[in-house]
Amino acid sequence: MDDRLAGALGLLPGYGAQHIVLSMTALALGIAISLPLAVLASQRPRLRFAALAVASLVQTIPGLALLALFYPLLLALSALTTRLFGFGVPALGFLPSLLALTIYSMLPILRNGVTALIGVDPAYVEAADGVGMTPRQRLYRVELPLAAPVIMAGIRTAAVWTIGMATLSTAVGQTSLGNFIFSGLQTENWIYVLTGCIAVVILALLVDQVLGLIESGAVRRDGRRIAVGLAALLFGTATAGASLLRGPAADYVLGAKNFSEQYILAGLMAERIAKGGHTAARKEGLGSAVIFRALAGNEIDAYVDYSGTLWTNVMARSDVPPRAVMLEELTRFMRERYGVTVLGALGFENAYTLAMRGERAGALGPHTIADLTPLAPRLALGSDLEFLSRPEWAALRNTYGLAFGQEKSFNPTFMYRALQDGLVDVISAFSSDGRLAGNALVTLEDVKHAIPSYDAVILIAPKRANDEVLRGALAPLIGAIPVETMRQANFMLDRDTDKASLADAVQFLAGSLKSPAQ
Amino acid sequence: MATAPLIELDQVSKSFDGGRTFALRDVSLAVEAGAFIALVGASGSGKTTAMKLINRLLEPDQGEVRVEGVAVGTLDAPPLRRRIGYVFQGVGLFPHMTIAENIAITPQLLGWPRPEIEARVAELLDLVELPQHYAGRLPQALSGGQRQRAGVARAIAARPRVVLMDEPFGALDPITRDALATAWRAIHDRLGVTTIMVTHDVQEAVLLADRIVVMGGGRILAEDAPGPLLDGDAAPEVAALMAMPRRQAERIRALTAKAAHG
Repeated sequence: MDDRLAGALGLLPGYGAQHIVLSMTALALGIAISLPLAVLASQRPRLRFAALAVASLVQTIPGLALLALFYPLLLALSALTTRLFGFGVPALGFLPSLLALTIYSMLPILRNGVTALIGVDPAYVEAADGVGMTPRQRLYRVELPLAAPVIMAGIRTAAVWTIGMATLSTAVGQTSLGNFIFSGLQTENWIYVLTGCIAVVILALLVDQVLGLIESGAVRRDGRRIAVGLAALLFGTATAGASLLRGPAADYVLGAKNFSEQYILAGLMAERIAKGGHTAARKEGLGSAVIFRALAGNEIDAYVDYSGTLWTNVMARSDVPPRAVMLEELTRFMRERYGVTVLGALGFENAYTLAMRGERAGALGPHTIADLTPLAPRLALGSDLEFLSRPEWAALRNTYGLAFGQEKSFNPTFMYRALQDGLVDVISAFSSDGRLAGNALVTLEDVKHAIPSYDAVILIAPKRANDEVLRGALAPLIGAIPVETMRQANFMLDRDTDKASLADAVQFLAGSLKSPAQ
Repeated sequence: MATAPLIELDQVSKSFDGGRTFALRDVSLAVEAGAFIALVGASGSGKTTAMKLINRLLEPDQGEVRVEGVAVGTLDAPPLRRRIGYVFQGVGLFPHMTIAENIAITPQLLGWPRPEIEARVAELLDLVELPQHYAGRLPQALSGGQRQRAGVARAIAARPRVVLMDEPFGALDPITRDALATAWRAIHDRLGVTTIMVTHDVQEAVLLADRIVVMGGGRILAEDAPGPLLDGDAAPEVAALMAMPRRQAERIRALTAKAAHG
């Protein structure tokens, strides 16, 4: 069997179980909130208008944005509860995913519920009153049963939406089938992407069929169908939940942003921890801003970040001191402000730089970013999704007076494609990216030192500051990874053909470590 | 002191548009126990409104409705309705419940023990001449006439003293309609209940009721036994309403006379 397929299938039970537990819990919660709300709204026109308007509005927010919005919200809540009660709520992972999915699942249930309830034939309502039912008895014995088929149709829609959107929860640190899609897209591992998509589709169809069985039971008043359907849902969710509980919680949680180098480094750190006889779980695909907050909030124990990123984003500095001074100041700032330990630099930089195809650069003639300034108006800049809104870009633009004719943002993988295809002329590149060498690209030197250095550094969460096991496991990585080694490892995943698996890249890197400076 | 009538409407008025027009205006009516009253009149005459005041499906704007001498406004509506049978216009059976479940509703709401309810359902199916095996069927599996027989069974399931009927047989074909109406009159007599039936069919009223209340424009135009109403010199509206059964009777008399002389 193909290595990547074997890898994907190995991860499937774990990802699938997380996905099932998350989406089914969200659906159950969505039903629990929406149904009573639909009943109230069907009796009160003003509430009906408000509830449906809000639910529709929420639906227009892109799923990823909704998930992202819950992060700062929960962070603020966590700060509040910490001050009031001495404990925080997790802002990352299951909770924000659950909340976003729950809200997302509400519209179809609410809308169908209200439509069905106000659509109940008034003759039956009068008959219910006439035989002596109280309003409550009328609701449970007549209105809800008559509305049940339409309500169930709404629940089916909600289930399919929720299962589909749960893939996005990967971005806020909740493992799901979306992990296949996110990491597969990042490393151009289409087998992963396909595995994730197919698994989601099968799960959605399966749940839809089971809900269909319950629906037909409701229409035909067949208690057996309803019981079998409910039992299948409960059993499936419980099995998934149990499989998650069976595996003991990992000793450590490692974070990774959403690109190959981060996956490899998290894998390397996990391997180091495993060597010491401990287990490590990984939260992958986290956004740049999210991941640091997660560490400072003790939701992950360690991850690799870059000094320049922290310098500008977290410390809000715009000056560009020498590399060693920067590291020293960063270390002190992190300890004093956040209690975060900067364990040390890995030895390579992953700096933002600008790159061009070698032949194009040869034809146009720029060697440095300064040379680019007069050419820029006729060129198109391609960037990753965050570069254009980052302070580094502002610094480059201001220092060199860069004004590109066009600016386009891409997923990093597609950004390189766009450069190869001539869709853009210059890209924002990372100095440790294997594709620089692989694609015969040239980088343009930042001669005016507009942007700081980007030493890869290991950060350790406040609660692990004195954890000798963790420090001991990760310490040998300090100063042990030259940029050439990192580029090679990255290229194993990022090259277009003959891709290696993540495990292979991790093995390669582990085997190529420079023995720490004596 | 004479016993109070079972049901009294005492100068009741009802408006659905805040007093601009009145569906009922100063209507007073007394119904003795055991009576069979038909409320007749054109659409909008106020007959259905008057009947719905009795079990509080509607509330009067003015006046008072009394059942067994007690003002219904002082009673909780659901318990009141459980002791007054109601046969609905059209079907009124709940489509998601079986015939047995439909019939059992009111006893169930009253908390009867289960075996008693089951026995009662079986007894009622016999009374309204529905086969026992229809008990487990859904209303949609029955014909219109059968459904209304079930509707009648549901109305009397909890042994009410009063049964209100809102155009009960209006949607049925003439033969089924006549069969059901006749069957109901027999049940009425046998159980000794009090029936108040709303109908726009004067013929039906004449054939079934002990007393006919003719309504128009929210008022009672005439109230009498069928015989005097047919013969008497009534107001023009009443005469117009009574014209059809009267002509029919005359025609039948003439035809039978011809046959006898033939």
